[in-house]
Amino acid sequence: MANFNLKINGKKQQVDVDPTTPVLWVLRDHLNLVGTKFGCGMAMCGACTIHLDGNATRSCVLPVSSIGDMEITTIEGLSENGDHPVQKAWLEIDVPQCGYCQAGQIMSAAALLKSNPKPSDEEIEAAMNGNICRCATYVRIKQAIKTASNNL
Amino acid sequence: MTLIKTSINRRSFLKATAMAGGGFMLSFSWLGCEPGKKDALTIPKEWFELNGYLKIGENGVVTIMSPNPEIGQNVKTSMPMIVAEELDVDWKNVIVEQAPLNTAIFTRQLAGGSQSIRQSWPGLRTAGATARHMLREAAATTWKVPVDEITTEAGTLFHKASGKSSTYGEMASAAAKIPVPKEVKLKDVKDFKIIGTPRKNVDGFKIVTGQPLYGLDYRKEGMLIAMIAHPPAFGLKLKSIDDSAAKAMPGIKDVFTIKTYQEDYSKHMFDVTAFNELVVVVGNTTWEVMNARKALKLEWEPFGEYTETYAHFMTGAKMPAKIPAGLESTSKHAQVMAELSKKNGKVVRKDGNPEAVFKKAAKVIERSYSAPFLAHNTMEPMNFFADVTADKAELAGPIQTPEYMEKSVAARLGLPLEKVDIKMTRMGGGFGRRLYGHFLVEAGVISQKMKAPIKLIYTREDDMTFGSYRPSYHALYRAALDANSNLIAFHVRAGGIPESPLFANRFPAGAIENYLAEEWSMESNISIGAFRAPRSNFIAGAEQAFLDEVAEAAGKDPIQFRLDLLAKAKSNPVGEKNDYEVDRYAGVLELVKNKSKWGEEMPGVFRGVSAYFCHNSYVAHVIDLAMENGKPRVQKVHCAVDCGIVVNPLAATNLVEGGSVDGIGQSMYSGLTFTDGAPDQKNFDKYRVIRHREAPKSIDVHFVQNDIDPTGLGEPPFPPVIGALANALYKATGKRHYQQPFLGEGITLG
Ligand code: FES
Ligand code: FES
Repeated sequence: MANFNLKINGKKQQVDVDPTTPVLWVLRDHLNLVGTKFGCGMAMCGACTIHLDGNATRSCVLPVSSIGDMEITTIEGLSENGDHPVQKAWLEIDVPQCGYCQAGQIMSAAALLKSNPKPSDEEIEAAMNGNICRCATYVRIKQAIKTASNNL
Repeated sequence: MTLIKTSINRRSFLKATAMAGGGFMLSFSWLGCEPGKKDALTIPKEWFELNGYLKIGENGVVTIMSPNPEIGQNVKTSMPMIVAEELDVDWKNVIVEQAPLNTAIFTRQLAGGSQSIRQSWPGLRTAGATARHMLREAAATTWKVPVDEITTEAGTLFHKASGKSSTYGEMASAAAKIPVPKEVKLKDVKDFKIIGTPRKNVDGFKIVTGQPLYGLDYRKEGMLIAMIAHPPAFGLKLKSIDDSAAKAMPGIKDVFTIKTYQEDYSKHMFDVTAFNELVVVVGNTTWEVMNARKALKLEWEPFGEYTETYAHFMTGAKMPAKIPAGLESTSKHAQVMAELSKKNGKVVRKDGNPEAVFKKAAKVIERSYSAPFLAHNTMEPMNFFADVTADKAELAGPIQTPEYMEKSVAARLGLPLEKVDIKMTRMGGGFGRRLYGHFLVEAGVISQKMKAPIKLIYTREDDMTFGSYRPSYHALYRAALDANSNLIAFHVRAGGIPESPLFANRFPAGAIENYLAEEWSMESNISIGAFRAPRSNFIAGAEQAFLDEVAEAAGKDPIQFRLDLLAKAKSNPVGEKNDYEVDRYAGVLELVKNKSKWGEEMPGVFRGVSAYFCHNSYVAHVIDLAMENGKPRVQKVHCAVDCGIVVNPLAATNLVEGGSVDGIGQSMYSGLTFTDGAPDQKNFDKYRVIRHREAPKSIDVHFVQNDIDPTGLGEPPFPPVIGALANALYKATGKRHYQQPFLGEGITLG
């Protein structure tokens, strides 16, 4: 066990955990931030996507000991009132079916638009390819990313 | 206008007492759906429950219960819409809550068979209409005018002649005292204001802001985490366990074995599990339990053949089910399937004299199709919360069959049914996997043993290797043509492990004079279960690809070929029983033909068509495919659907898109293979699912407009798209694809 001082969604948080614990489980089990989802545990599905200093990162394979003073943003902290342009576009297009993958999809999409505000279809597909949606809402996700891009 | 007797499910409509302050529903408020921050409604001070489906606040806000489990099919929005329609309220003033499991009030609280809307349609409408009637009675009594003169509009009652009006909220208290009417009038379809209009997902805001909704998010003070270890292969059972290292690891509370079901228990159809004895690790946190599980030293051994007892779900009659011994492999499966498909099967339907006609045919086409096992791979792995004490059990989590599993877990825990409470969380996908609730029973047994609240979590590997798969299937088709290329006989022989995918009375049965349908099956210890559109999910693709080949051999356009057959089935149907309506079948083909501009050539675009009937709905697809960097990519899916009245076109379109892409993905990429009983794919590194880059670029969905009561939608768009894809692939590559997955990288059936 070891103490870690983390900066999550703009707040300082201290946890006392095994240093190998993936950030995903620190968030879910220790901090009750359950918006970040578990899907595969091996960086293959994207359900656990968070932002690490603004970059989309799979939290399921990210040991808490590797964070240092990098800033973590989760879906709960993407915007104060759920009004990030990507969240708004998701609601406008009514993207979710079961919804389970969508936090990860939204985090990947938000990171994409931050680095590339006007992505082409190919760039969207490449950036989002690591995020599986078993309900297969892919067409709507792409539509929502374009909507968000236009509203940035 | 339809008159409907409220006695269909009388107890649902019995007068309820006025309830203050929200009542029993709010104890687990995160399961409900309060509106998002931006359009928050004022929660009333007092609620008046008019029946089990709805309550009205003094300020006019209405809470409507969504009775059925939500797996992504959007019933949590669509079902309350139906109640709201008949109640005649403004959808803006509706709060939706997930109903408790209560079969005394709600009918069929089950997600499966695309039946939620179809079977609940009269009940939901009656619930709304009954409450509206009581509000009108209350107004008539208060205003001393005849009830027939009271009209309603969007949550307000009017008496036009006297100019009186009152909101539902103001009249709710009086309405709660009105006796439940013996019968009520339902609206005419043409008067619908909510049904048929696009309404957004009621959980949308919670989903996009990451609020707790799913079983995996559920927690309770003092809750422990549990994981299981099950045999690594079908055909194995536990031999020995050394848990000394695991038990000594930090955060670990206990390690023990459990039996999910007791030996003398008669299972019901959703009690399927291949692994009854499991090793359980319980600890404080997920990561600690995961690590301790890795430190277990477990030995497994082959089991001998055994028999399970199933109780028929209607009659209770006991039926034995034999589970064979052995460690099965896909290569052997393929070999045996090929052999069995050459032998005569069990004749399920025969019209005319197919054998004789095949002998004298000018041309016989014979093709074989096959598909592997599939894992459902719901995005949220199996999990369940349980808190079992000496006299009661509280469970919560993702389950498609809460009514059934309540019985199983009550029997297993030795508790009376009324002491078991199952809360339905939103589910991260279902696809049939969560019909089989062994994980719920496991959670109950673990909590009872630990005397503590626990959450059982499956990892992806646990989930993918535990069974309840889509079976592996095979179908052999033969068609006989005469010298003028007329189809004169048709033969299908279909089988699988461990069940046949055949539907002998579906199209093209009824359209061909000489027809033979046979089936066979092969037993296995790999557990199987329903998977989105069971059996149809294979046989539709095979049949529709075969018909394409027959049409080509007959020199006919594939749509016209099907329409000609349907015309025959209409004017001169063959046989006693044909399970489809010709006009609706032809209707979706005509619609997709028009909308896709079938027949127009587009350079570089290759097209395939398909149509199918299942779950009481009709769907036809046209797929436009192009080759990109040597790989096929679906450019566009055109889809025509006849599912009767469309309750929520926005959600329905989403579901049809999803079902179509899922069908394309499963048949193009997915498959689960076995070596010595062990699945070769255990996570998404090896198990291929369709991803963004492979998804169709666009999808056009068209609904047939009619007034038929709603039929299934979660499943029907899945099966036919596979045929359209196979047919488009042929046009693009010049090669017919007979084995799924069509682009199976590394997956072969032998
Ligand atoms: S859970 Fe992290 S990528 Fe799947
Ligand atoms: S919406 Fe269900 S997995 Fe994406």
